[in-house]
Parts: sequence; C-alpha cells; structure tokens
Amino acid sequence: MTDWIDIGTLADIPRRGARTVRIGGAKDIAVFRTGDDHVFALVNECPHKKGPLSQGIVHGHSVACPLHNWTIALRTGQAQGADEGCTPTIAVRREGDRILIARPASMKAAA
Amino acid sequence: MDLQVRDESRAGVADDIIMPFDDVREHLVVVGNGMAGCRAVEELLAQDGRRYRVTIFGAEPYVNYNRIMLSPVLAGEKSFDDIVINSQQWYADNGIDLIAGDPVTAIDRTAKAVTSRSGRTVHYDKLLIATGSDPFIIPVPGRDLPGVISFRDMKDVDTMLEAAGKGGDAVVIGGGLLGLEAAHGLTRRGMKVTVIHLMDTLMERQLDEAAGWLLKSALEARGQTILTGANTAEIFGDGKVEGVRLKDGRDIPASLVVMAVGIRPATALAREAGLEVNRGIKVDDHMVTSDPDVLAVGECVEHDGNVYGLVAPLWDMCRSLADGLTDRHSGYKGSVTSTKLKVAGLDVFSAGDFSGGEGCEDIVLRDASRGVYKRVVVKDDRVIGAVLYGDTADGGWYFDLLKKGENVADMRDLLIFGQAFASGGGAPDPKAAVAALSDDAEICGCNGVSKGQVVACIGAGASSLDAVRAGCKASASCGSCTGLVETLLAATLGDDVQSGPKTMCKCTSFTHDDVRREIVAQNMRSIPEVMQALHWSTPDGCSSCRPALNYYLLCALPGEYQDDQQSRFVNERMHANIQKDGTYSVVPRMWGGLTNPRELRAIADVVEKYDAPMVKVTGGQRLDIFGIRKEDLPAVWADLNAAGMVSGHAYGKSLRTVKTCVGSEWCRFGTQDSTGLGVRTERMTWGSWMPHKFKIAVSGCPRNCAEATIKDFGIICVDSGYELHVGGNGGIHVRATDFLCKVATEQQALDFCAAFIQLYREEARYLERTAPWIERVGIDYVKRRIVEDEPGREGLRARFLYAQSFSQDDPWAERAAGRHAELHQHLQPIAIAAE
Ligand code: SRM
Ligand SMILES: Cc1cc2nc3c(=O)[nH]c(=O)nc-3n(C[C@H](O)[C@H](O)[C@H](O)COP(=O)(O)OP(=O)(O)OC[C@H]3O[C@@H](n4cnc5c(N)ncnc54)[C@H](O)[C@@H]3O)c2cc1C
Ligand code: SF4
Ligand code: FES
Repeated sequence: MTDWIDIGTLADIPRRGARTVRIGGAKDIAVFRTGDDHVFALVNECPHKKGPLSQGIVHGHSVACPLHNWTIALRTGQAQGADEGCTPTIAVRREGDRILIARPASMKAAA
Repeated sequence: MDLQVRDESRAGVADDIIMPFDDVREHLVVVGNGMAGCRAVEELLAQDGRRYRVTIFGAEPYVNYNRIMLSPVLAGEKSFDDIVINSQQWYADNGIDLIAGDPVTAIDRTAKAVTSRSGRTVHYDKLLIATGSDPFIIPVPGRDLPGVISFRDMKDVDTMLEAAGKGGDAVVIGGGLLGLEAAHGLTRRGMKVTVIHLMDTLMERQLDEAAGWLLKSALEARGQTILTGANTAEIFGDGKVEGVRLKDGRDIPASLVVMAVGIRPATALAREAGLEVNRGIKVDDHMVTSDPDVLAVGECVEHDGNVYGLVAPLWDMCRSLADGLTDRHSGYKGSVTSTKLKVAGLDVFSAGDFSGGEGCEDIVLRDASRGVYKRVVVKDDRVIGAVLYGDTADGGWYFDLLKKGENVADMRDLLIFGQAFASGGGAPDPKAAVAALSDDAEICGCNGVSKGQVVACIGAGASSLDAVRAGCKASASCGSCTGLVETLLAATLGDDVQSGPKTMCKCTSFTHDDVRREIVAQNMRSIPEVMQALHWSTPDGCSSCRPALNYYLLCALPGEYQDDQQSRFVNERMHANIQKDGTYSVVPRMWGGLTNPRELRAIADVVEKYDAPMVKVTGGQRLDIFGIRKEDLPAVWADLNAAGMVSGHAYGKSLRTVKTCVGSEWCRFGTQDSTGLGVRTERMTWGSWMPHKFKIAVSGCPRNCAEATIKDFGIICVDSGYELHVGGNGGIHVRATDFLCKVATEQQALDFCAAFIQLYREEARYLERTAPWIERVGIDYVKRRIVEDEPGREGLRARFLYAQSFSQDDPWAERAAGRHAELHQHLQPIAIAAE
C-alpha cells in the first residue's frame, strides 16, 4: 500500500513554480504547481546534465530546465522534442488543499 | 401567477386529497416537488400513464418551477410565471395530488407510510425521494445573523429582492456558477456587490485560468469587486449582518450576505429512515435505494460513487427510473456534464477535462476583437474537454463530440473554428476544406472579408500574409483567421508564398515588434491580457515568450506593472547566477570597479562563513563568490548589504558593469576623470531592466584600457571632451562600436547615455543586444534619434530616469528582509528512516 506523506499546501508553491522537498540522504524532489493548479513531482534533476528542474520556467504542463533549456514533461518526466532522456516521477495527489507524495516510490526513485 | 396551490401548512389537514376509493392502482408517493421529482413523474406518465396513482409532497408552497431560472428571475429578466414548469392544471389533468408547503418529516418503511409536518400520514406502495440539496453554509461566526442567506429557492430570491430594494452593499461568498449568478442579479438590481472567492480563479472547477481571468475582468468592468484568494474569517453585525471580515483583516461592509459555496445532498430524511446513505442516498442503475420499494432521484442521490449538481444528469436518471418502474430495464450509466453561466452578455461554457497535460493537445483560439477565448483539448484524436468564453455557439457541438468519443483526426485543423467550418464537407485536408468554401464565405469576421475578396487580393499580387493584410484587411485585426488566410495563400499560390517576418515564438503569429506596438497602443497591463488580445495559441505561453512579455510590460508601464516572477529566468528570479551544480554565484556591485577595505573584508567574511569554494576577479572588474546554496543566499546578501554593497545584476538582462580605467586622477596619459564618470554613470543606470545585458565602460584616453569600444555604450575621454560609442560586444562575434558623437561635458555624456539606453529599451526585441539591434536599424537611425533630435533625446532621457525611480531598490535587500522567502526554502524535510 502506498504510504502518503503530507508535504504542505497548494498555496506553499507559487503558481507556475516549484518547491523542493529535501529527503534525508537522497536526491531532492521538485514539486511543481502549474498555471491550472495541477501538481506534479519529479526528482529534481534534469536528464541532460542534472540541472535543478525546480528552478525552471513552468509553462503548460512542462518545465524548461534552467541550465540548457530542455523541456521536460511534468507528468512523465520525459524530455520533449528532439531531446532524449527521462527524469523519475513521484506519485503525488491532492487532498483538498494539502499535497501528498508517495513515500516508497519517492524513496526508491530518489535513492 | 400560478400560485393557487393548496398550502397545507396554512390550510391545516384537508381530507379530500385521498384519491377516489375505487382507485385500486399502486400508490406512488413523491417527496420533493422539484425538478427531478416532477420530471420522474412526467417520464412515468409518458411511459404508462395509468399504472400508478401519484401524490407529490413539496416543502415549497409552489407548483413545480425551473430552479435554474431563478437567476434570470433575480436579475429581472424573467418573472416567476415564466419559469413555472407544470401549472396547477397539469397536476389536475393527470390526477396528481400535490401537497405543497408541507414537507415530509418521517418515513416508516415497515408501515410503508410517510408523515408530513402538518401531521398527515399517507400510505405508499412505492416511494420516490427527490429532496434535492441543501446549500452548504460555511461554519464561520455570524452565519446565523439575519441577512445571511443562500441561493437555492424562490424564498431566497424574494429575500434578495427585498434587500436590493433598499440598495447598499452585498457580499457574495463563492465565485462559482451560483455565486456569480447571484452577484450578477444583485448588481442588476442596483446593489454594490463584492464577490469573495477562496481560489485564485473564478469558477476554477469549470474554467481554466485564461477564461477565469477574462470572466473576472468582464465582471469588474460591470462594477463588481472580485476578491480572489480571499478567505472569510467571520460575518459581523449587531443583530443583523453589517459586513464580512477576511482572514487578512479586511472588512467589507454588507447589508446582505449570500453564501454560495456549495451544496450537500439532502439526505436527512432517508438517513433517519435507515436507508443506505453515503455522500448521497445510494441507488442502483434504476434509482432503487437499499429498500426495493423506495426509489430516489436527483441531487440527493449517489450513483456509482458520483453525486451531481446539474440538471442534465437528472434527466437521464429520470428516464432510467421510469423504465424501471414500468419494467423496461435500460439502466442509468452515469453522466458527463457541461456548464454554462447564465449571466446576460457573458457567454461561458465548459465541459469535460480541460486541464490538458501529457498526451493531450491544446487547440486554442483567441479572438480579441470579439472577446473570444476557445480551448479544445484533444487526446488520441478525441475531444476530451472544452472551455469556451465569449462565443459558446459551438459548445453543444464540442460536447456532443466529447460524449460520443468521435474521432476528430480528419477535422483536426479546423476543429477550433467550430462546426460550420470543421464539418464543411468533412474534407480530410484543410486546403481542400478551404478550397471547398464558397466565394462569399466569410474569412475575416473582424473586417467582413469574404473568401472571394481574399483570393482576388492574392490574384492582384499579394503573395504574403502581410500583403494580404495590407491589401484587403483580412487577418489584420484580431488575427484569428490567420491560419485560414495562410491556407488560402498556399492553396492559391502553391509554393510561391513568401514567409513573413519571424513570429515571437510558436505561441503566437505576431512578431516581437507587433507585440510591443500593440501593448502600447492598446494599453495592455498584464500577461494574460496580452495573450488574450493577441490570441496566443497556448494556455500560458512558453519559456521563450513569457520573459519577453514580462519585459515589454515592465518597460511600457514603469511603476505600475506587477512583475511576474514566474515569467523570469531563474537567475533573475533568484538574483544570482545558477551554476552547473545548482549552486549560485554572487557578484556584488563595485561602482566603476572601485572597492575599499570594508567591502573586501565583508566579501572575505562571506567566503569563509559560507564555505564558498572559490572567489575570483571577473572580467567585469569585480569579485564573484561561487558555490552559494539557494538557502544561504538571503543571509549572504544581508551580510553584504551590511557593508554597503548591493546587487551587481551579473545575472540579469540589465545593466551589468561600468568598467573604468584610472584616468586623470593617477594616469600620466589620462585626460578626464574616467573613474569618477564611470561611477556616476553606474549610479544612474544600475538596476534597469533591458532587452539583453548592457555593459558600459569609460576609458581615460584613446589607449582605451577599459575596452570601451566593445561595450554597449562606451565613453572615450579626450582633451576636448567625451567621444561616445555604441553597439559593441565581445562574445563569439566581436563587434567594435560605432561612433555616435562627441560631447563637451560630463553631464552631456550622461544625458546621451540615458537617452540611448531608453531608445534601446523601448525598441529592441527581447534578447537582442545593442550590436545586432544597431545592425538591424542602422547607426544613422540611432544618430537621428539621439544626436539630431534634441527634444526627442530629452524625452527619452526623462522616460529613462522616470523608470529608474522605480527600479533602483536593491533586490537583495528585500530578499534579505524575508520577501519571497519560499524561493529559498525547501518544503518540509522528510526523514528517510520512515521507510
Ligand atoms: C563572471 C564572468 C567571467 C569572469 O569570471 O570574469 C562572466 C561569466 C559569464 N559570462 Fe561573460 N562573464 C564575465 C565577463 C564578460 C566579458 C568582459 C566584460 O564584461 O568586459 C565579456 C565580453 C564583453 C561583452 O559582454 O560583450 C563577456 C561576454 C559574454 C558573452 C558574449 C556576449 C555577446 O553579446 O556575444 C556571454 C554569452 C551571452 O551573454 O549570451 C557571456 C556569458 C556569461 C555567463 C553569464 C554564461 C552563462 O550564461 O551562464 C557567465 C556567467 C558566470 C556566472 O555564473 O557567474 N559573457 N563576459 C564575467 C562577469 C563580469 C561581471 O563582473 O559581471
Ligand atoms: C440559482 C440556481 C441556478 C442553477 N443553474 C443551473 C444551471 O444553469 N444548469 C444546471 O444544470 N443546473 C443549475 N442549477 C442546479 C439545478 O437547479 C439542480 O441540479 C436541480 O434543481 C436539482 O433537482 P432536484 O429535483 O434534485 O432538486 P430540487 O430542484 O432542489 O428539488 C428538491 C425539492 O424537494 C423539496 N424538498 C426537500 N425536502 C423535502 C421534504 N422533506 N418534503 C417535501 N419536499 C422536500 C425542496 O423544497 C425542493 O423543492 C441551478 C440551481 C440554482 C439554485
Ligand atoms: S586610459 Fe589611458 S590614461 Fe588611462 S590607464 Fe589607460 S592608458 Fe592610461
Ligand atoms: S541540465 Fe537540463 S538542459 Fe542541461
């Protein structure tokens, strides 16, 4: 069974922005909020050269990596267009205003 | 008015309501004389008019009326008579006993009888519960004060009309469908209305952000105050409501408060009778509850885990119910719903899933001149959602495609133009579809240009989009027909079409220059407004257009435009340069390359305190501290601020450095105080946002030690004054400056510098540095504007200094003071041990 961890509220994340969740001993997780208030979570590393995706410009359901401007789909973690690569995604869900991420999946992906 | 209904609560118990004694048919008793209850009876009568004897109990003292039309009644567009669905005559004609104004208070399932408030007990063979919903009242202090109401029935409308008769202020809590319709009605009735909405977007469950923004603007234009992201703390008043207090401390006066935050299925009666109830009364596919003789229909039920708050599903439910009661077993399968807002002059439609995302394709059309926004979401060649604002004529058609799951691959390219275009012949190819249009088919709605006229214009030599725009005005206004005109060009000319100037990005068909011009011409004030007015084809732009739009607005509206942080590249958002490992480098300003022991000490301390792995002298004559973590940035800035240093903007499309040489103060060749002039120039220009980075240098003699001739603005001091040079850069393609002019005084050098910067700020395209800009417009043009046109130069200079009065606040200082702390902090940390 998935163990869900409450990481904060929707209002904690700027619209078209992201915040990071620090996990002891593992890679940071980037939690994104899109313009239409969808929430996605990815390991905070670009598949290209590990750019911190949380710092990119969020547009539609994608983020532009801050280092070399690859576009990463938030739902799948896949690089878009001609670029190839994939960032692990973390299951996330909303309960009212709260945001929860899946623990085992995130631990594995981020380990 | 058809109100001559027996009101049993007032009339007392009447004994003539039982059907004739010889009627041996099964008795169907309906609880709830609302939309679902009566519709179910109508369906039943249509299927088998004689099978049941029917009695209907209604809590309201009226015949069955169309509840959704309460909004137009409130707004004064309809009267109660207009919204009656079944008149007294209908009940009589069908032998139905209506007991209005007398709610059922208990169900005895063992005795198979219901009891009403007036004490009447009626036996049933089949019972139908159709009690609808109760408005949800948020549990804030003051919710019971007189003057606080909901919007559900005719009585609420009467209360609102009475309050509106006295005028004054009203607050509507809830910016959903119901709340906005209430607000509209009250506004029409002369009240000053404020809508308080918890979320950032109005009707957020039905509309995307773009449509929500349009709706908000339109309502504000009609005089309503719309507060989004606003949370109600309490309703206050002495004996009656006087106002609403928000959590942020604001008080909004009101003599009437309408709560329209949601509804809850009315299940109390069913629950007390021991029926299975979850969110709603649980029913199967034939609307049968956990008791085979009790049925339920409408908003009070839960079917397959779903409860509904719109009428369309009720119609489907009633059909299945009637089928079940007459032994025709079709079964209810759930409903897909669509929404329309009933506010006169505001057309809003939404259906399905319009949130888009992976595998979904957004087709967006914005027609600014008509105030139209349309978004259709397609997935696997099927329409899965639609949001329409301003023109909802095709809502039904999209909804139909959605419900049927029809494959739309063939009409993909014309889908957004609506049914008339897209199904015009069902042509598989847009060219063929356009070719199939008749000559008098309208292509450009704004300017009324027909296909024939466009083709004639092309025939007369127009071979590009611009030429067509110039020739016959098609696509020259809102641009939403640009695709059609291009298709016509291609169809008419084949390969001879000339491609126009490059558009800003894939989100728009406008060029940078068009966008800048329109922002100023139409006095646009926000990114969503530009996207709407210039019909962006994506919901919220991309990483290339958003920073550009943010800059253009900032430049056009100094002091007014609210900068959009999320539309800025990370460096400008974090006020530091991101490095390849995700840490940041910090470059404090060193005016003209000068420093002092206090600054150097503070930098040394920062390097040690935060374990910065490297500090180096930059090519721009200052010190760069590397390897600072985003969490530590505010503290680093606070330390640097304490020593008098501010942001060096080494990260921005902004003024970077002003390099200087030692000049006449020390150098044996120096002709003027190049260091001092450099410092003064930097003091004047720092903090300004530009289309690209901007560098200045001042050299004390033509030996040019400060490399002024590869800077955006370079000053070379000579005995008789100052030579001004513009448009140089290093980089991959080194470009030496063009000579602009020579001036006699320091002040003139500063004035020309300010004017030149402003010309560049106002006219260059985003990410176009001065060198390519000057190559494009020509140095003669720049000379004309800066050197030859003195009043023009003065105007530019004044505009620059005015803009600077807003931008010379150190961005580090406000971050160090805690502003936007969330940008630097993680959400809560999570320990891995819990696995
Ligand atoms: C730090 C510094 C190198 C150094 O250690 O000396 C530097 C570092 C960078 N330069 Fe530079 N440039 C630095 C002085 C220069 C100079 C020298 C000067 O200003 O006199 C030049 C040549 C003059 C010029 O600008 O034309 C210079 C020409 C460039 C260019 C080419 C610009 C062009 O128009 O073609 C780029 C690329 C760009 O901007 O697209 C660039 C880009 C960069 C970037 C921003 C690359 C990037 O996008 O990440 C580097 C950021 C490093 C960082 O994270 O801090 N840097 N760069 C210098 C910072 C100066 C400062 O104090 O602000
Ligand atoms: C202002 C307004 C605008 C709306 N606009 C739209 C719209 O544009 N589109 C749309 O699809 N939907 C709209 N709706 C929703 C729509 O009206 C409802 O979905 C629909 O009326 C539900 O039908 P129902 O029969 O389940 O409930 P109701 O129509 O509420 O009927 C229930 C009836 O049962 C009565 N009742 C309750 N308890 C008892 C009892 N114990 N004994 C006797 N009688 C009882 C109630 O008094 C009520 O008359 C709107 C609603 C409102 C209030
Ligand atoms: S500018 Fe001229 S005078 Fe000044 S340091 Fe350089 S060479 Fe010497
Ligand atoms: S690291 Fe993300 S694009 Fe290079």
